[in-house]
Amino acid sequence: MQPDWPQEVHRALGKARVRIVGYVPDAGHSRLIELCQGDRKMLSVVLTTEEEGIGLAAGAWLGGEKSVLLMQSSGVGNVINAAGVLKTCRIPLVMIVTMRGEEGEFNTWQVPMGTATPAVLEAMGVSVQRAARAEEVAPLVSDSLKNPHATAVLISQLVIGIKSFQE
Amino acid sequence: MILHRRQVVKTLLSERGDLLVVAGLGSTAWDITAAGDAPLNFPLWGAMGQAAMIGLGLALAQPRRRVLVITGDGEMLMGIGSLATIGVQQPSNLTLVVIDNERYGETGMQETHTAHGVDLAGVARACGFKYSKTTSNLKSLRSIIHKGAGPNFAVVKVAADKLPLVLPPLDGVALKDRFRRALLGDSAEVLSQKR
Repeated sequence: MQPDWPQEVHRALGKARVRIVGYVPDAGHSRLIELCQGDRKMLSVVLTTEEEGIGLAAGAWLGGEKSVLLMQSSGVGNVINAAGVLKTCRIPLVMIVTMRGEEGEFNTWQVPMGTATPAVLEAMGVSVQRAARAEEVAPLVSDSLKNPHATAVLISQLVIGIKSFQE
Repeated sequence: MILHRRQVVKTLLSERGDLLVVAGLGSTAWDITAAGDAPLNFPLWGAMGQAAMIGLGLALAQPRRRVLVITGDGEMLMGIGSLATIGVQQPSNLTLVVIDNERYGETGMQETHTAHGVDLAGVARACGFKYSKTTSNLKSLRSIIHKGAGPNFAVVKVAADKLPLVLPPLDGVALKDRFRRALLGDSAEVLSQKR
């Protein structure tokens, strides 16, 4: 049986006293989003574009609060210019990114951004951690929350499951 | 009566108390600096479109403090979706003020959408801001910034003046650290280490 990574990540966020969670919904994140929404110690902030999560994180950190940003890999393309502020001001945001466009992806339109995701993040000074298996996700998130700089944890499509277009 | 941006911002920031201030990149960052550089100012030199969201993050993290975002029409237009995001969160301590010269002031004074009738206060109202107006009444706006149950949004139309630059400190880490130290005191360092 696969470990329950959304529950483990939610527990890790609580332990690190993360109180602000920005997100653009993704099917792979749906359970974690529900857990955060149901947690009275957390504020879940639905965003119109992932880029807003960078400003949210910068403002929250100025105010003394840690935040995380949940998104799909296609959203990484939407944050590029704004992400510069994380490096220039050294803001410790953790982005938890569910991958699309990897091996087995049916929708070929997802492939270019999925393939470019790690390179784009690294080009903007965000360090990249990859979780290939469910049990790796929460420990990587916990470690990343200790970093003084921005980190992205990429969750492989093998963990999430390949999106089916049959339903 | 035609308003001038430096005078408007100076009036809004006079006797500011413990107000937390974020300014969008370009002219509004120079405006708040001309009014007097301060540790609880966070002037942006980049991340165009993010001023309102930085204000939201700050307002959510510091619900007992008043937060003011001063930005330009071009910067606000680039982050227009954040008005919807703020409308959902309803932070009562947040006010956004757009200093609207209907121009992209840093790039050659090209007209923005507001020069062609786009009504930012109307957008904010439709997104659920409690107060949203185009106004020239600075006295009443000051009272909204300090006491009004928000989220609040105001557009102040100003002349398209080209003014001398008044630059804030450039070092992003230094700007962030001085802001956190002024706001959080010694716990700013503790928080950083506990991360």
